[in-house]
Amino acid sequence: MTERLDVIVIGAGHNGLVCAERLARAGRKVVVLERREQVGGMTETIEFAPGYRASACAQFLYDLPMSTVDELGLVSHGLTMDPRPLDTVALAPDTEPRVFSSNRTSTLPGMDASAWPAFRKHMLDLAGFIEHIKQRPPPKLHQRDRADLLGLAGMGLALRRLGTDDMREFLRLITSNVYDLLCEHFEDPVVRGAIGFDAVLGTHLGPRSPGSVLTLLHRWSRGGGPVQPIGGLGAVSSALAASARAAGVHVRTESGVRNINVHAGRAIGVTLNDGSTLEAQDIVSNVDPRRTLLDLVGARHIDIGLARRFHRIRAKGTAARMLLALDGLPEAPSGNDRLLRQRLVVAGDLDELERAYNPVKYGEFSPKPALEISVPTLSDPALAPAGHHVVSITAQYAPLRPEGGWTTSRRDAFADAIRNTLDAALPGVARHIVAEDLLVPDDLESRYGITGGHWHHGELALDQFLFTRPVAFGAQYRQALAGLTLCSAGAHPGGHVSGHAGRHAAAAILRRGTES
Amino acid sequence: MKTYDAIVIGAGHNGLTNAAFLAKAGLSVLVVEKNDYIGGAAVSRTLHDDWVYSNCSYVCSLLRPELHRALDLARHGLQITPYYGGATFMENGDYLGSYPDPDLAHREYARHSRHDADAKLRYRAETMRQCRLIRDFLLRTPPDPTSLKPRNLKSLAELAAPFLALDDTALYDTWRFWSMSIGDYLDEFFETDVIKGALAGSGIIGTALGPYSPGSAYVLLHHYMGDVDGSIGAWGFARGGMGAVSDALASALKSYGGDIRTEADVDSILVRNGKACGVALTDGTELRAKVVVSNLDVKRTFLKCMDHRDLPDAFIQRVKHFRTRGSSGKLNIALDGLPTFPALPVGSPLIDGDLHFVDSMARLERAYDDWKNKTWSKDPYLDLIIPTLTDPTMAPPGKHYMSVFVQYCPPELDTGPWTDDAREAFGRTVIEQIARYSPDFESLIKHVEIRTPRELEAEIGLTGGNIFQGELTLDQLLFNRPVPGYAQYRSPVKNLYMCGSATHPGGGVMAAPGANAAREILSDLRRPNTVPENFGDD
Repeated sequence: MTERLDVIVIGAGHNGLVCAERLARAGRKVVVLERREQVGGMTETIEFAPGYRASACAQFLYDLPMSTVDELGLVSHGLTMDPRPLDTVALAPDTEPRVFSSNRTSTLPGMDASAWPAFRKHMLDLAGFIEHIKQRPPPKLHQRDRADLLGLAGMGLALRRLGTDDMREFLRLITSNVYDLLCEHFEDPVVRGAIGFDAVLGTHLGPRSPGSVLTLLHRWSRGGGPVQPIGGLGAVSSALAASARAAGVHVRTESGVRNINVHAGRAIGVTLNDGSTLEAQDIVSNVDPRRTLLDLVGARHIDIGLARRFHRIRAKGTAARMLLALDGLPEAPSGNDRLLRQRLVVAGDLDELERAYNPVKYGEFSPKPALEISVPTLSDPALAPAGHHVVSITAQYAPLRPEGGWTTSRRDAFADAIRNTLDAALPGVARHIVAEDLLVPDDLESRYGITGGHWHHGELALDQFLFTRPVAFGAQYRQALAGLTLCSAGAHPGGHVSGHAGRHAAAAILRRGTES
Repeated sequence: MKTYDAIVIGAGHNGLTNAAFLAKAGLSVLVVEKNDYIGGAAVSRTLHDDWVYSNCSYVCSLLRPELHRALDLARHGLQITPYYGGATFMENGDYLGSYPDPDLAHREYARHSRHDADAKLRYRAETMRQCRLIRDFLLRTPPDPTSLKPRNLKSLAELAAPFLALDDTALYDTWRFWSMSIGDYLDEFFETDVIKGALAGSGIIGTALGPYSPGSAYVLLHHYMGDVDGSIGAWGFARGGMGAVSDALASALKSYGGDIRTEADVDSILVRNGKACGVALTDGTELRAKVVVSNLDVKRTFLKCMDHRDLPDAFIQRVKHFRTRGSSGKLNIALDGLPTFPALPVGSPLIDGDLHFVDSMARLERAYDDWKNKTWSKDPYLDLIIPTLTDPTMAPPGKHYMSVFVQYCPPELDTGPWTDDAREAFGRTVIEQIARYSPDFESLIKHVEIRTPRELEAEIGLTGGNIFQGELTLDQLLFNRPVPGYAQYRSPVKNLYMCGSATHPGGGVMAAPGANAAREILSDLRRPNTVPENFGDD
């Protein structure tokens, strides 16, 4: 039996939910189809050991605009968070922690104490241009119409508004590497390493790779301060789903899509795993672009050149997640309990970070990985049994599929590497571990269905940015196939839990109306 | 005391080119050179008996044909003989040949992979398209994108025009090409390790990037965009070694009335009232000029030869942070006879070309990891060539000269500065690499000159030993080279200009920076222009 709808959204990740909510608010009849039993995709909170819960993948919000929180009424739909960003605390064995703050006094050694606020301000000024880009759909370079020319002119103006010096600096830095940038501004190796880690987190780049300043500006375009909601990032998805339902969206879980059905060159509906079909005016995919076009649609339905472009999308995840259940707290850095509540970073200096990156190029994991750590139970005790705690770690670098695969022994070896690095920076943590869970990029790919297990659904780099994200001739959300709209992080403007791609995709559908 | 119209510091190929065009316009020009020979890094040196080494740069392709003709270099003795082909030796005993003949080339690729043999045609078409785009910009001054002056808007429009005239596909592909890595680019076309490894070499030569570093695809272009006699991408030898290029330029300069003074080491550039007015030599001599042009790299020019008080702080900071880390070494070897490479068929012409010994991009990338860890590559990428097979004048009859370019070699070691012992060990690594594929090679060696970035800096003054006077990465190209806001050959000090490879369009024996700078100087002096514009490819 076939049900007639305005819009089908495939995948209940944050972008899919934002897109669905926006469309339903505009009066469309929308259904969201989610393969798994809970919404959120990678933006979810899981029980990784009996009684212990944590954010499964992303553990911080960097980029969720308050305007989105307000417009979608996320607070009234149950989202609780302290909007004040956490500090970042860089830990290194046998040395004082370095504290980077956006709203308090930072504790950094020597000249770096004064260099940090100046550097941060300068970067945020430059990142303002990136934020301008993020807030808008990318203009087309081909078949430029009036809107595209206006978009390009707007970009030109925004760039000019930086002023001559900053514009010059932006045009230089945008292709530059963060290693040299940080060596220009900071003296302390641990300070350099911690900021460098912000640039390469979630990418297939080392700090010396050209393009790593772009990824830093992308992360920092809204200030770069991390925020953690109560209940983990799953709470964001729950609130988004509640907001969407309140707008009239039908969110169906355990409804995996097998195919996007194409008729006469137009996406007309979907076939679910159970064989049932649904039809709609618009099909929106929150699945990564490559999987959407090559697996769900099928290459035979699109132009061969375009299919090749989707095939070439670079998406090899490098970030692994490790969740630890603890029966007690590790020692706080320099005995300061407040520091333990912040975002902790163990990245060493820039050379160590670069050395952590080297193995992943050859399909090997870092023997000394760089870590982003939080202890969410300190502000949110409900995540673990009373008196117990959760440590949530993002570890880099892990290859997608090492030669021979992620065997049990290789997983154990990588888990040991993470634990050893962690224990050196937070002494005593290892003896409190009562349970642990490791998710490597291969797991992320199979669990969430994301090509390459890549957090951003595709590497964030200039060749996959703006006009060419996800691919040339496909960057405007609706270009790849009539009736099909892409709304995932694989589309412009890329990753972080921001909902931008979902908003832009919804706007693209509403602006053009449905093509009949 | 005589006041010259222009003094050019450094008799490298760009300095000589610049001086020649200024002299051609009727200016009185003096080139001052610290060494007792001219040429900078384009030299022929006799360091052992009757062997002649092109001991820095060693092949010629990038020298712009427009300049060649405008300065009548052939009449001044420059002969460039093309060479073709080459081979990449594989660890399994096989090799990949590179042939100029399209049928042979296709058959050889197909021997390794039929898919890749077909892909090569697409690869070549796409890469040549990018080449033709960039070639248009070589003999132009880069626009300042932040300036609203009519002149800059015009040149910005000129810069953008060929891109906007591209068809849609080419436009997007160009955007991608400029920002991607040679590794990702090759992965899109090819499946065979040795083919990718062989092609990737051109993406990393002279550059502190690995094949998987974004931006290395452009470096490939930098090595493909040259031509010999109109054959784009071809390389050739200057008869008598690379010094022949410098000698011809010097001869052209003198024919226009210019002068060269060797063993004249500049201690400082003289500045009066915010204007450059001459140079002071280390022996105390002061020389006056209306215009001073520096062919030295920017760090040497501004940090060593000038009083910082004459320059804006922000400019000094940018110059300090201009990346000039060296990444290459060189061995020049005098041979008693021609070494054999048993992997090649007997009598194969491939030995006349460039030979390489790294058969995958992973090995190249690991060679780069060594450089990042401040040591020379233990499994280095070599660009080995035996010029005497094409130009027998460089060695006694029956003997040979072998030039071995080595990537990667750091400017400084993890243990500290280079030592003579470390240099010998570096040379050993290279010789052993070659000997693995040529059993009789070692026994033929009569003399070896080993050059690390330390020697390049000490002898020819390249800061950090960077052969391009500064990394060829996008953040240091076009309007960013050498310093944003100062990419039009002018410096913050009036009457002081830059003309070295640290300016657009960068290194390689191209002579375009020297020529472009001359055009700007003549324009400032309101003299008729003597510098040719692009001829175009047709």
